[in-house]
Amino acid sequence: MSGASKAAGFWQANLRDYGLLVSLLLIMGFFEIMTDGVLLDPVNVTNLILQNSYIVIMALGMLLVIVGGNIDLSVGSIVGFVGAVAASLMVYQKVPYPIVIGLSLILGGLIGAAQGWFVAYGKIPSFIVTLAGMLIFRGLTGNMLLGQFVGPFARGFQSISAGFIADFSDYGMLLAPDGEPQFRTASLLVGVIGALALIITALRRWRRDSAQDMETEPFALFIGKNIVFAAIILGFCYLLASNKGLPNVLIIMGALVLVYGFVTTRTVIGRRVYAMGGNRLAAELSGVRTKRLTFLTFVNMGVLAALAGLIVAARLNSATPSAGNSFELDVIAACFIGGVSASGGVGKVIGVVIGAFFMGVMNNGMSILGIGIFWQQVVKGVVLLAAVSVDVYQRNKG
Amino acid sequence: MDAILEMRGISKNFSGVRALRDVNLTIQRGEIHAICGENGAGKSTLMKVLSGVYPHGSYDGQIIYEGSERRFSRISDSEHLGIIIIHQELALVPLLSIAENIFLGNEPSRLGVIDWGVAFARTRELLAKVGLREKPTALITDLGIGKQQLVEIAKALAKQVRLLILDEPTASLNETDSDALLRLLMAFREQGITCIIISHKLNEITKVADRITVLRDGATVETIDCHAGAISEARIIRAMVGREMTDRYPPRTRNIGAEMFAIRNWRVEHPLHAGREMIKGVDLHVRAGEVVGIAGLMGAGRTELAMSVFGGAYGRNIRGQALLHGREVDLSTIQKAIKAGLAYVTEDRKGLGLVLTEDIRNNVSLANLPGVSQRGVIDPPREAGVARRFVDLLRIRTPGIHQKTVNLSGGNQQKVVLSKWLFTGPEVLILDEPTRGIDVGAKYEIYAIINELAAQGKAIIMISSEMPELLGVADRIYVMNEGRFVGEMPAAEASQEKIMAAIMKQYGVAA
Repeated sequence: MSGASKAAGFWQANLRDYGLLVSLLLIMGFFEIMTDGVLLDPVNVTNLILQNSYIVIMALGMLLVIVGGNIDLSVGSIVGFVGAVAASLMVYQKVPYPIVIGLSLILGGLIGAAQGWFVAYGKIPSFIVTLAGMLIFRGLTGNMLLGQFVGPFARGFQSISAGFIADFSDYGMLLAPDGEPQFRTASLLVGVIGALALIITALRRWRRDSAQDMETEPFALFIGKNIVFAAIILGFCYLLASNKGLPNVLIIMGALVLVYGFVTTRTVIGRRVYAMGGNRLAAELSGVRTKRLTFLTFVNMGVLAALAGLIVAARLNSATPSAGNSFELDVIAACFIGGVSASGGVGKVIGVVIGAFFMGVMNNGMSILGIGIFWQQVVKGVVLLAAVSVDVYQRNKG
Repeated sequence: MDAILEMRGISKNFSGVRALRDVNLTIQRGEIHAICGENGAGKSTLMKVLSGVYPHGSYDGQIIYEGSERRFSRISDSEHLGIIIIHQELALVPLLSIAENIFLGNEPSRLGVIDWGVAFARTRELLAKVGLREKPTALITDLGIGKQQLVEIAKALAKQVRLLILDEPTASLNETDSDALLRLLMAFREQGITCIIISHKLNEITKVADRITVLRDGATVETIDCHAGAISEARIIRAMVGREMTDRYPPRTRNIGAEMFAIRNWRVEHPLHAGREMIKGVDLHVRAGEVVGIAGLMGAGRTELAMSVFGGAYGRNIRGQALLHGREVDLSTIQKAIKAGLAYVTEDRKGLGLVLTEDIRNNVSLANLPGVSQRGVIDPPREAGVARRFVDLLRIRTPGIHQKTVNLSGGNQQKVVLSKWLFTGPEVLILDEPTRGIDVGAKYEIYAIINELAAQGKAIIMISSEMPELLGVADRIYVMNEGRFVGEMPAAEASQEKIMAAIMKQYGVAA
């Protein structure tokens, strides 16, 4: 095959991955123009990240649940419930927040374990189990808070969401001439390091793969894609650095994205989840303990939902009865827009992250434009349907 | 002569891959026309072009049916003209009745209300035509696969079929049911129904076909007229593979060692109906380097036996002794069975063998992921190396190890499943219908692999419904019927008649 036709072939085979990225860039461009530059204003970018971090974090867990062949509708309610429990512990019982964080994550894991037990060992469809969970935990949240907002929280706890990473200027270094901190150099530095690390690991992987004579994408396409990714990272960090710097929650999210990217592509357990979702019986006959694995995907989902619950509570500086309402829909939509197959076995972390930001940019952009919440729902619904339709069409065509 | 169908210069590409190249096919009215070819030769693709699965415009060439050019854009277009295709995987709804299935999408109704009287009466007529003695209200799920096949044919008749296409109709039928089906096709010929039959079973084709068209690599090789003279199977095989195949079973030097694996008084109950014994006290042993065959009719319990041995993948309340190298071994879970050195290559490649959404590499490593990883982290070069080794070793024909297994032909899929199990380093291999639905060339290769494994000293248990294959490959044959072993004989002394006699003896019938 000639180089050009190989590139074309590869492009076609991976159209979905590139298509998703291109659509995200297009929609960002669209809202950037429509909002007269407000979308990519440093303050707004910070907001965008803060608003989306918990969706991305839960989408990572949901990816594994859906790839494994299940669904979890209860995550929004778990966000609310864990937030309420954490708030009550901190505000009423005066439990120190580091302990509360630990207890909350354990609570999330236990909730996930309870639901996972019914799904995996009780053989009850996950849709039903988690629909029940959604009602139960939303109800418990309401009972616990009795319509009250519980807060405020200690500074340290708030900083999960409201904090930013330390910078040189915090220590009196690299100040602007008037002594005011202006540009968060350390944040930009993190971005530069991140972008470099991305390019270096990608190059190393590419070299290894082509040395191993593995199927690699054409070099031009490969380098182009990674430059775009690096540029996005750098651009975002630059924007954030000109505001308050990198939010702590972005660091948490970034770390989790890396970890789950690794788990899904490089670990035995990740591979087994995909095999289980692709063909449960074949996986079982190959020695995969599918029940235990299903159970674990729900435990994992519970822990991540609890983490999201803490982030949401920290951001609002209180627990509210409606916290996390309908988050499950955004999370699931992010997965499907990101190319996760509803029938299991197919989906990538990078797709889900882009999917989440796709939803996030739409939410944010439409809010800036003053489009009513109801029309926003209509638009999001249409986009979800369109994205999945295109996906299904492409799959069937191949 | 009067041609009912002519396909002229059909070419079809799939994203750069040529599936069909200038194929010409002429079907005479009222004949039984067989289409043969190795897997991947383009038989199914050609039939999909004909039936409108691939709409007009997605292929090159012309379809002339009943005298005029047809451009089908969907299956219903071709069905309206009486072209009915019955696929290898039957398309019946298991929990609906025969009558409901026959008239599904075609219900006799008035104002949207189904007229059950008419439906049942016509169903009875149709069932009589295909020779199936069942009530129209019987559920599909309660019928055997052979009877289901007949329901499919009755359904085709209900649609006023003029050209009936059967894709591998006898692949999952036992000999009695196959014979009945073939007789039915010949009866249809008398009634003027034209029939295209795609099959790997050459003995059946030579029995019923008027003409045979052979496809190879997406092109027509030749059309053989069966009335011009006796057609030998070897003649068809030669056209299919493009070379002479003198021997259908590769030669083998036997080197049989000590007893490797045995089960004693093995009893298994049905997974859903407690107390209903499906395996009723089976004793089996296999030596190192030995190939042991298990013959039997469909439903004899062979797959159930194999799966129950393999970590209790089938059944409940499994009792009996399993011995490996003379010592009792715990096979209560699949993980333990694999660890003990057992491997089970399923008869249902797509349903139980492969993860079709994944590529060759991921399928090969699936049963032994620890073998390509360190502390739970997969080593990609090592994993790719393993996959590539097996692709070379078993000669899996694929553009690369990242090919999705769903895109492979049956023979190559089977080799991937075999690779997966070979990579677990098994001592005892249970092969369940290892050559079902795969073509002659690939079968030969599978037999060669089996021989090679036996030569390496592995113990092999092979379940097969094709008796010639068992006679050609196995050293010793068990005959199974209704959950019991009813006969055991060295392959050298066995014959199809002896095997059938062993089965029939149980019913008190002299075969």
